[in-house]
Amino acid sequence: MIQTVLALAGVVIKELYRRKDFYVLFVLTALITLVMGSVSFFHDDKIIRYVKELCLLLIWISALVIAIGTTARQIPAERENRTIFPLLAKPVTRAQVVIGKFAGCWLACGLALVMFYAFFAIVSGSRESHWPVVQLLQAMWLQWVMLAVVVALVLLGSVVFAAPSSNGTICFVVVLGILLLGRYLNQVALREPEPLRTVVYGLYYMIPHLEWYDIREFVVYDHAPIGWVSCGLASLYAAVYAALLLSATWLVFRRKPLNL
Amino acid sequence: MRQAAPIWIVLLLLTASFTLATALQSRVGDWMGPSDAGGSNLLKAWLGDSRRLFANHFFEKADVYFHSGYYPSIFDARQAPKDTQHMTSKEGSAEDKAHELSMNFLGPPRDWIEGFGRHFMITEHTHLEGGNEREILPWLRISADLDPHRIDTYTVAAFWLRDSLGKPKEAEQFLREGLRNNPASYEIWLELGLLYQENFHSLARARNALELGLRYWQEQEPKKQEPDRIGFEKIVIRLARIEEQDKHLDRAIQYLKMALSASPNPEVIRQQIVELEKAAAASGATNSSGGAGAR
Repeated sequence: MIQTVLALAGVVIKELYRRKDFYVLFVLTALITLVMGSVSFFHDDKIIRYVKELCLLLIWISALVIAIGTTARQIPAERENRTIFPLLAKPVTRAQVVIGKFAGCWLACGLALVMFYAFFAIVSGSRESHWPVVQLLQAMWLQWVMLAVVVALVLLGSVVFAAPSSNGTICFVVVLGILLLGRYLNQVALREPEPLRTVVYGLYYMIPHLEWYDIREFVVYDHAPIGWVSCGLASLYAAVYAALLLSATWLVFRRKPLNL
Repeated sequence: MRQAAPIWIVLLLLTASFTLATALQSRVGDWMGPSDAGGSNLLKAWLGDSRRLFANHFFEKADVYFHSGYYPSIFDARQAPKDTQHMTSKEGSAEDKAHELSMNFLGPPRDWIEGFGRHFMITEHTHLEGGNEREILPWLRISADLDPHRIDTYTVAAFWLRDSLGKPKEAEQFLREGLRNNPASYEIWLELGLLYQENFHSLARARNALELGLRYWQEQEPKKQEPDRIGFEKIVIRLARIEEQDKHLDRAIQYLKMALSASPNPEVIRQQIVELEKAAAASGATNSSGGAGAR
């Protein structure tokens, strides 16, 4: 089982470094960050936080684009190229395909994040006198954990929606919506009359709270690291949501006809 | 070898153009001479009056940085800081205490999700210190570029530049830029006066700046329903101190008497007036006795 999953994941990772997406996004992030970092304000060369904020924003956008873009085309491409038939004849079960694709996309995102955060650490460390290693590791880990939920969500979308483009767009909107508004849905619900209040509050409890995993502010403003227990519980929460979404993907995929 | 998709090449070129534009914009400004009072022509043409909205956003961004990320969202907007005095107030001052109360916007968590989520957001009210105040400057610079008529941008940036960052020359340049765009701003003249008095120790220039500030205050503020009495008090108290240092005690007393009407602590001012009157009388007696001896 594990061998099969790892073999499937390996193919996805190879796809990441063969395609241009990651390189283009990395070059764009590096270029914009370095140019913005070269701007001088009031002849003070110690100002760095705006560069850190911009760089982390670009990393988040790039990671989401890589995660959603890579995952959305996995199963549709296998079906379109008809490579899904020899794959399932190996024999590989549909559950293994789902887990293998998930593992591949998630690990690919992890590799990309390592590169992005290494660049970020070099840029911020070159201006600041200290290296906040723990904050950076926590920020990277939590972002990677959050991407597990995103990858599982997009994988579910890829067996529900007809085209990778529509799946990618819908997932991007949903993830951005949760990141921007998820934290405040309860406040919005309390201002609404019934029955809308119950509906919005129900939505608030149902959605995966991806905004927890965005601790960029801790890195930008040099705050102390968050507690490891909180980090662990948040990872567990994300694992549960990822498992639920993968189970749903398998339930839909196992009955889905593979002919286009 | 596979060719790169055209969309990626176009994206790369667009980004290169954008980054090049940001690098060249400041130089182009120099080549084309001074811009009009409305700010950069390019920004004005492109954004129109909406640039003021962006200027407000970037000024707020500076405030967010000043609080190291602890800041109310639009959902807590009723409790967001309305004024900008907290950005230049000293610790323990009345403004600081009022601000401390107003920033208590979080309250107890409404449910377990919100409670747990607070581990991943900044929940401590702090202000930048120890030279880190420099981090708000980029946003103030951008805000001033977008809306050159927003006075707070100049005064707040100049305050930190001269008070904590040891950059009085940069503060003066920025205030001068503010004055080019807002020549009748008594707030900027006041800040310039403080800069000359406290950082350059030039009493004559400080007096000139503050007197202009007082003149513009008297021209603009009395007509308003709620004139800025705090600003008026700051100007006349500073002028009184300068006159006192210059041994012009009569003028110092005059300024303190003007401050009486605006001060929240008139008793303190009265006490100072009494002390100055005694000093003036003593110096007058000394002068007259010295003069008699000489004769």
